[in-house]
Amino acid sequence: MTEPAPLVEVRDLARYFDVSRPIVQRLLAREGRRILRAVDGVSFAIARGSTLSLVGESGCGKSTVARLVVGLYAPTRGEVRFDGQELSAARRDPRQRRRMQMIFQDPYASLNPRWRVRDIIAEPLDAFGLLPDAAARRDKVAELLTQVGLSPADGEKYPHEFSGGQRQRISIARALSSNPEFLVCDEPTSALDVSVQAQILNLMKALQAELGLTFLFISHNLAVVRQMSDRVGVMYLGRIVELAPAETLFTAPRHPYTRALMEAIPDLAMTGRQRTPVGGEVPSPISPPPGCAFHPRCPLANGRCRAERPELRPYGETAVACHAVEEGRAG
Amino acid sequence: MTDPAPLLEVRHLRVEFPTRRGRLVALDDVSFSIAPGEVLGVVGESGAGKSMTGAAIIGLLEPPGRITGGEILLEGRRIDNLPHEELRRIRGRKIGAIFQDPLTTLNPLYTIGRQLVETMTTHLPIGPAEARERAIGWLEQVGIPAARERIDSYPHQFSGGMRQRVVIALALCAEPRLVIADEPTTALDVSIQAQVIALLKRLAREKGTAMMLITHDMGVIAETADRVAVMYAGRIVEIGPVREVVKNPRHPYSAGLMASIPPLDRRVERLAAIEGAMPRLSAIPPGCAYHPRCPRILSRCAVERPELMEAGGTMAACWLYHRHD
Ligand SMILES: Nc1ncnc2c1ncn2[C@@H]1O[C@H](COP(=O)(O)OP(=O)(O)OP(=O)(O)O)[C@@H](O)[C@H]1O
Ligand SMILES: Nc1ncnc2c1ncn2[C@@H]1O[C@H](COP(=O)(O)OP(=O)(O)O)[C@@H](O)[C@H]1O
Ligand code: SF4
Ligand code: SF4
Ligand SMILES: [Mg+2]
Ligand SMILES: [Mg+2]
Repeated sequence: MTEPAPLVEVRDLARYFDVSRPIVQRLLAREGRRILRAVDGVSFAIARGSTLSLVGESGCGKSTVARLVVGLYAPTRGEVRFDGQELSAARRDPRQRRRMQMIFQDPYASLNPRWRVRDIIAEPLDAFGLLPDAAARRDKVAELLTQVGLSPADGEKYPHEFSGGQRQRISIARALSSNPEFLVCDEPTSALDVSVQAQILNLMKALQAELGLTFLFISHNLAVVRQMSDRVGVMYLGRIVELAPAETLFTAPRHPYTRALMEAIPDLAMTGRQRTPVGGEVPSPISPPPGCAFHPRCPLANGRCRAERPELRPYGETAVACHAVEEGRAG
Repeated sequence: MTDPAPLLEVRHLRVEFPTRRGRLVALDDVSFSIAPGEVLGVVGESGAGKSMTGAAIIGLLEPPGRITGGEILLEGRRIDNLPHEELRRIRGRKIGAIFQDPLTTLNPLYTIGRQLVETMTTHLPIGPAEARERAIGWLEQVGIPAARERIDSYPHQFSGGMRQRVVIALALCAEPRLVIADEPTTALDVSIQAQVIALLKRLAREKGTAMMLITHDMGVIAETADRVAVMYAGRIVEIGPVREVVKNPRHPYSAGLMASIPPLDRRVERLAAIEGAMPRLSAIPPGCAYHPRCPRILSRCAVERPELMEAGGTMAACWLYHRHD
């Protein structure tokens, strides 16, 4: 049996940023260019109709991957394939472009405050010329508003008249308007409170089931990730260190960093368990540590870890980049 | 009574917005206090009035919103009726504010370092050189890697979570007496969150800073707050010690809120969610504002408004706890 081709495939994706100081200052201080490796060799595939989530500490490159995958950044290296086609080629074709959309973290910043909600939602439709006339536009907007749990009358209002959760619903309606198959959701509920978060997550799951959507989902909330994902990639300093089916990752995490992240979750049951913050500092992506980037914080680090970078290797359905796991000394 | 005098006291606070269609009451009879070194958590759905309470305290209500009743006391002194200039001075010196959106607090045109240095030299008796050293120290404390190398970066060169940590450093660096933190760790991942929370707690404990911590992250509340206030439709509906409110909420709304937290130990098909939405200010239901969504509604709930009452360990504004005597 051959598996169906994934909708999205990412191979050895990298994006560097030049964060050098201005040339005069650099010459005075005799320093070279400073290159920040925000994403440095990430590979994954997302099956149609499934959800891949990325988790990891702030600054590890999750949003940069999201932006690369929808073409908002050009890769420094590697490639993204969307439905078998190389991304930049797909982006040049409006029929392909409308099949992918992005939902941003901040429902306050991502909606144009001077536009009515109906025009915000219809913007992708107008841009892709998907509507025959004004009546069709009105009907489609009404349908989208209803689909995300708002009322058609809300289309006449402006974004500031809505709460955070309602604004995120508007962002979702907008993202859905061009009938996309692939949605990149960068922290879609981080700005929302728990009860609204529960509603939005339920809405996203229902829409996925109904429309067969494929998600790249980014969140730093592991409980949310557990609810939403089929597969999860754990990122550290621009790379994926563990990639596994969600259930496996949560019941049997293998990479020392994944385990540390789970330990760091606050204890809601108030059993008195002290949460253990991941020890040490997040290293600088400008000068990452040699060998395994996690070694300065890893309890299992040894000489090999300090010298040789571990590659992502498969162990059954899980892939892990760790020498200790490979050597069978990770427990 | 051995309780220390509260550092912040809010009494019967009322905030209104005049609109074409009449006055909207955004906060109605909100009262609470925070002792030195105490952390009060404030939770509740979007639009409940959490940020508005914070904004009223620091005198940054967005017009036309204004305080129309009650009073606010800082160290025993009324601050809600001070002239604009004087309030601005107090705000700079005694109150540190951490807002929900880091981009509105950081100036995109200035480096991170310059913003920290200017805040400190304005409010503390120190020069620019010492302020720069302290700025690096603050950035390290909030977990910015390679702080010395990155202090001269501009805000857009930092990731969202890093910008949020800079905002936290900016609010704390002038050593305020009261910190109002509106969703300070929402954009942060768990490990940095643990670090920032530890920093806020240490500040409260060691320097006696009073803290109002607005967040929807119950995990953060559970491990940081001493007491919790739950807000709904412009009112406090429950207030009490953190253990009681989180583990054994009395008010049906608090209970619904706690139940909608996604579980970490298993996957569920559908998350428990409170159906419907909080009412708009223009359509707050009579009686208990929660009654249209309440699974435990009684006959009087739709007509009579419950005030906060003793609910065995917490105070709850709910008729279920009314004792007939
Ligand atoms: N300029 C305004 N005119 C009218 N009503 C307003 C205005 N600004 C805010 N409100 C209303 O005041 C209420 C409280 O708003 P506030 O922003 O304080 O809520 P919140 O609990 O902080 O919500 P969130 O978590 O989404 O920030 C909401 O119902 C909101 O719609
Ligand atoms: N435009 C940019 N210029 C320079 N550095 C950037 C830029 N965008 C992101 N970075 C850096 O890339 C790293 C990863 O950022 P990001 O993808 O936003 O992280 P995350 O979303 O995981 O918090 C961070 O160190 C950030 O400072
Ligand atoms: S490779 Fe070594 S340092 Fe890296 S996670 Fe594994 S044991 Fe730790
Ligand atoms: S007062 Fe009545 S409607 Fe309101 S929360 Fe209590 S039981 Fe429910
Ligand atoms: Mg991000
Ligand atoms: Mg708010």
